[in-house]
Amino acid sequence: MNDLLSNYLPIAVFIGVAAVIGLALLIAPFAVAYKSPDPEKLSAYECGFNAFDDARMKFDVRFYLVSILFIIFDLEVAFLFPWATVFGDIGWFGFWSMMVFLGVLTIGFVYEWKKGALEWD
Amino acid sequence: MVLKALFFYLFAAVTVASAFMVISARNPVHSVLFLILAFINAAGLFLLVGAEFLAMILVVVYVGAVAVLFLFVVMMLDVDFVELRQGFLQYLPIGSVLGAVLLVELLMVLGGWAIDPGLVGKGAVPITATGSNIEQIGTVLYTKYVFFFQASGLVLLVAMVGAIVLTLRHKEGVRRQDISRQVARGPASSIEVVSVETGKGL
Repeated sequence: MNDLLSNYLPIAVFIGVAAVIGLALLIAPFAVAYKSPDPEKLSAYECGFNAFDDARMKFDVRFYLVSILFIIFDLEVAFLFPWATVFGDIGWFGFWSMMVFLGVLTIGFVYEWKKGALEWD
Repeated sequence: MVLKALFFYLFAAVTVASAFMVISARNPVHSVLFLILAFINAAGLFLLVGAEFLAMILVVVYVGAVAVLFLFVVMMLDVDFVELRQGFLQYLPIGSVLGAVLLVELLMVLGGWAIDPGLVGKGAVPITATGSNIEQIGTVLYTKYVFFFQASGLVLLVAMVGAIVLTLRHKEGVRRQDISRQVARGPASSIEVVSVETGKGL
């Protein structure tokens, strides 16, 4: 167990270094940078004219559809990793159980392809 | 061992603090960013108990996909946040019922541990010291727990079909490019050569 955790020591070191650099870059401007605040500097800039409205608006639901479909295939790939590491040990049953799983998701993939969910019109 | 305890308290404290900030931050974008921080620290807690694979999956799936989707929705959706706060008292009863249910479930889990402290190591497939975490999951998930594995595949299929059925609306009158039709088209089907006599029209 301690062997396992000591493998992650470099990551802890990296996180520490990243935190120090990030905080230094965040705090240093307060100490050294030239400041002259102005409300215009914080306002939205739109090439010469005043902003028409808020940046929040109704977006096409298709963006969310694309990301939901991405998450599903992301999970499918996540299931492949343990399978690949023990591929030699689990035999034909393990092989075919993964093939059935992939087949079920391929049915969904064919469905979304045929429905045109992957196209942008 | 001291170092492990130190990291446990660090991760646990940051997780609880950021989970509290998720529900108390005024700006929903900040809420989602604190949610990402909570996920990352939960991944750290998973690492400390030796569940490496789950920790990495938590980072890849929750931080990489789910939280980014949340951020996407929160940043882009046309939500009037002042109007949302108006309904706070209206949703308070159902929210408190859900909170109470979760609290009872947590108490039952912790109560089970209090009744039998040895329960933690008595799972159907106890964690062994041999092999890495991902190998131990792999040896049982695809063979012993094949029904749960296939059921998760079906759940993913239902999620996929449901998302498409609920959201996909094709716009009327959109002309799509059909490349195979374009390529298959030849002069014979698209051009007509007409010889016109001099001085006469068609």
